[in-house]
Amino acid sequence: MIGVSPHTQRSFSKSVDWWLIASYLILVLIGWLNIYASIHTGDEMTSAFSWSLRSGKQLVWIGTAFVLAALVLFVIPPRIYEGLSIPFFGMVLLLLVAVIFLSNDVKGSHSWFQLGPVSFQPAEISKIATSLMLATVMSQMNYKMTRVRDFILTAAIILVPMAIIVLESETGSALVYVGFIFMLYREGLSGWTIFIMFMAILVFILTLVASPYTAAVVTLAAASIVAALYSRRSRRDLLIWIPVVIIALIWGIVYNKVAAAKPESFIASVDKFLFAIPFVVALAVVYFVQSFKERNMAKLLAAVAVIGGIILIFSVQFIFYEVLEDYQRGRIEVLLGMKEDLAGAGYNVNQSLIAIGSGGFFGKGYLNGTQTTFGFVPEQSTDFIFCTIGEEWGFLGSAAVIILFLFLISRIVLDAEKSREAFTRIYGYCVASILFMHLIINIGMTIGFMPVIGIPLPLISYGGSSLWSFTIMIFIFIALDRNESKYF
Amino acid sequence: MIRDNRENSSHNRRNRLLIGLGVFGVLLIGRLFYIQIIDDRYKTDAANNSMVHIPIYPTRGIIYDREGRILVGNKICYDLMVTPREVGPFDTTALASVLNIPREQIVEKMAYYRKFRTKIGYQTLTMFRQISSEDYMRFAEMKYKFPGFYGQARSVRQYPYNAGGNLLGYVSEVDGDFIKKHPGEYRSGDYAGKTGIEAAREEDLRGVKGDEIWLRNSSNHIEGRYKDGELDREAVPGRDIVTTIDAELQHYGQMLMENKVGSLVAIEPSTGEILTLVSSPGIDVDMLADIGSHYSEISSNPYKPMFNRAVQASYPPGSVFKLVNGLIGLQEGVLTPETMYPCSQGYHYGNHKLGCHAHKSPINMEESIMMSCNAYYCFVLKSILENRKYDNIDDAFDKWNEYVHSFGFGEKLGSDFPSELGGNIPTSALYDKRYGKKHWKANTVISLSIGQGEIGCTPLHLANLCATIANRGFYYIPHMIKDSEGVEIDPKYHERKYTMVDTTNFKKIIHGMWRGVNSGPGNGGTGWIAAIPGEDVCGKTGTAQNPLGADNSVFICFAPMDNPKIAVAAYVEHGGFGATWAAPIASLLTEMYLHGEIAPERKDLEKRILSGNLMDRVRIRR
Repeated sequence: MIGVSPHTQRSFSKSVDWWLIASYLILVLIGWLNIYASIHTGDEMTSAFSWSLRSGKQLVWIGTAFVLAALVLFVIPPRIYEGLSIPFFGMVLLLLVAVIFLSNDVKGSHSWFQLGPVSFQPAEISKIATSLMLATVMSQMNYKMTRVRDFILTAAIILVPMAIIVLESETGSALVYVGFIFMLYREGLSGWTIFIMFMAILVFILTLVASPYTAAVVTLAAASIVAALYSRRSRRDLLIWIPVVIIALIWGIVYNKVAAAKPESFIASVDKFLFAIPFVVALAVVYFVQSFKERNMAKLLAAVAVIGGIILIFSVQFIFYEVLEDYQRGRIEVLLGMKEDLAGAGYNVNQSLIAIGSGGFFGKGYLNGTQTTFGFVPEQSTDFIFCTIGEEWGFLGSAAVIILFLFLISRIVLDAEKSREAFTRIYGYCVASILFMHLIINIGMTIGFMPVIGIPLPLISYGGSSLWSFTIMIFIFIALDRNESKYF
Repeated sequence: MIRDNRENSSHNRRNRLLIGLGVFGVLLIGRLFYIQIIDDRYKTDAANNSMVHIPIYPTRGIIYDREGRILVGNKICYDLMVTPREVGPFDTTALASVLNIPREQIVEKMAYYRKFRTKIGYQTLTMFRQISSEDYMRFAEMKYKFPGFYGQARSVRQYPYNAGGNLLGYVSEVDGDFIKKHPGEYRSGDYAGKTGIEAAREEDLRGVKGDEIWLRNSSNHIEGRYKDGELDREAVPGRDIVTTIDAELQHYGQMLMENKVGSLVAIEPSTGEILTLVSSPGIDVDMLADIGSHYSEISSNPYKPMFNRAVQASYPPGSVFKLVNGLIGLQEGVLTPETMYPCSQGYHYGNHKLGCHAHKSPINMEESIMMSCNAYYCFVLKSILENRKYDNIDDAFDKWNEYVHSFGFGEKLGSDFPSELGGNIPTSALYDKRYGKKHWKANTVISLSIGQGEIGCTPLHLANLCATIANRGFYYIPHMIKDSEGVEIDPKYHERKYTMVDTTNFKKIIHGMWRGVNSGPGNGGTGWIAAIPGEDVCGKTGTAQNPLGADNSVFICFAPMDNPKIAVAAYVEHGGFGATWAAPIASLLTEMYLHGEIAPERKDLEKRILSGNLMDRVRIRR
């Protein structure tokens, strides 16, 4: 460190971000109160602090988490993370693989190590390891995301642990890794990547909910419009493509009418989607030809995108109906509203909605919830803890919790931006992205936005493994951040 | 310069990300706002989720007969309840012997619970229904041996008299259809009267359900009273009902009709009160209390015991209907008691003949009733329909129809039976349609004269006809519920319904009926077998064609002639002549009602009737 002298150092209390620590403490406290609320049954036989209750156990996890936080903040020198990240990442990968073979089956997933009374999930620390690894690799002086070698390395750091976690059947935790895309965006990843991902998700949903045909038309329309916008002769291009999309739409409507009126006619016997393919492919070919004539890269890419979209539609159908397990398909179907299944996969969501919805504006009051107290909501102190908050604290309380999270995340982002070291910034964005993904997936699930994906609400859900890893993750950032503000 | 651009661009990206974060935050909070504040649906769902309303069933009202004897009472029995989660290993043989239930049934049920244990959870299920108090007491003594089992007291119907299932009706659990038809009144698990008296006075008998509100958890485990029972409501017991039925007479009627298909109805003419109403074969009262477990047995019985023939079967009345035609003829002035008509083994018209049995000829009106002459009534109907008073046969026929309706035929009488059939009396329009206007004449419809053809009525209609004649021209709508404390019947049951025939004309007919019964054997009176020593019984036989086999045996009678106490109609399917089965049945019932016993010289007759079995004659339609 250049020009460091002891007297330029700022004291701990001035250099640390108290806002982060305060948000952390409040969230942990809210978590503990609601864990007690969710297991309490109305007859107070045992104290909230008893080891036999989850609230008692959580107290121990919280205590140990504070110890870990203090270690990270005061004992471990922040400089070592960069050097340790590679062996740490390697070790975590090994654990991730090992757990598949060494663990017991917990609700269909093989992701927990059982160490006596304590169980521990390597997927939790792998988020930290991956974040540190990404920060290390991407903060190198000669790193350029546009360079193929670097890009592949970055992608591998994210995708390898993600793939192993998928193999552990922990789809939820794997999904969190998608969040790294926000960090990558900040570090220079093209916005198109995100746009294409968004389109892919849209096509996926449309294929299942509307029809493959609709998905194909939307792909065509989006690709055409984008290509036209990047063309020198956009107006002419739009004049051609808009009518084409409209004809495709009308074709779909006509087909539906004919098939409904004369189900035995030849047209109705052929799948509408198959009918559309030659049509769409012909247009894509026209794109190709035009793009070469005009030397227009955008049109070439649009043509590739359309073909890619068609392939995606096919594979979505194939994966959805042939590859996915029944329960996975069930969850997606319920989420997309294709099926109402209040007893099966929809049960959890429905009970959760009832609990949260019945909270009203002010809530029913602490420990007064009827839904959460009597165990209608499943996984109530872990994944569905937000129901307890929603029911007992109402809109006021649950909105406050969300705002607190948003504050925490944006505070991390702002701190990260402030920092001079790329390592701290990248790590900070990783932490923010992970917290964001957990927030959206977990709360989204309880309020019916997302399928039932079992991941905890950070710092609030019951469980030592999760609390510890989020504590370490956040406090490493606080320590890194403090390390910088100490000198500048 | 370049550096500035990069700085700008990363600033932009940071801002975009923060805006995105904000947008997602707004989405989450907006959704919360919607489900917590705007949409109420979840609030009611939550109440349903955690509060259990345990219904407290009221005891059902008791049904009394006219003398204050209990027709339908209540008794306590027990349902054996089981919470499979709490059941430990137990001695199945011991439980079986205590409860008097085959051991296999217990083993089978337990296997079933094991199979569906995840679905059942902590629920408590009904394992066996209606265990008698004696069996239950034995169980209660050794209850400690069978953890997880307990008995739940339930009030079930008890029947001291065999008054017949169709009259009393049964009570059973309501189904989806029933709940839909009575919106807001029933919930699944409730019981309701489905037929007979139970259904007719359901609203009085059922009482008002109470409920207790408990809090439960998601495994159906009860956690405690909601607000300490503050909001609980007590059940109000059902009102008792007094019927017009004479329990002893009903019981006797059931015995008389045993092993015969048909029905037997007795009415007190001076009030219209139904004394006895038997539909045979009927549902045995032993099955009535627990109809659910006998339902398939009953409904698969080819004789259709659930079908209440007394009020729902449409029969041709046969010769009994001659009385109606005679009364109309007298009233219209086309017939006098002195009118003589010939009968040469029947009535001849064109190439056709409507046959009659051998008797002297010519005869007057009284003799025509006594001897039940077919030809005589063909002439009577012809003279009614060809009456010069009317321009054409249509008008004359519709006048006839109006007369017949005034006796209650062709329409629902309006009794308090839940499902009464109206029967059928044809109008001129029917024949105009069938043959064309002016293309039919009296002879075309001549079988109506003797109660055949397009004419259908229920045994209740016939009993009502008998009561009308006994009253000399009016009737009260037959009914089976009496006014009693707290229960008031419709005032229409206290109103006289007059026929269009004058009282004086009835007297002439009644004498014919008296002679039909009291002329002694060998003198041509068709109903002599119905004579009761020491009583003036007036009766009329009927033999109605039944296309499915032997004729139906019909008889109506009332007694005594002056100040009649009882009017009876008996209708026995495939019984042959009216005098063979219906007449003895009706007269034995009358005798039992008036004298309380059967005269010694009639004991043989009674024995023949009680042991008679006509079931083989009935062709079963499956």
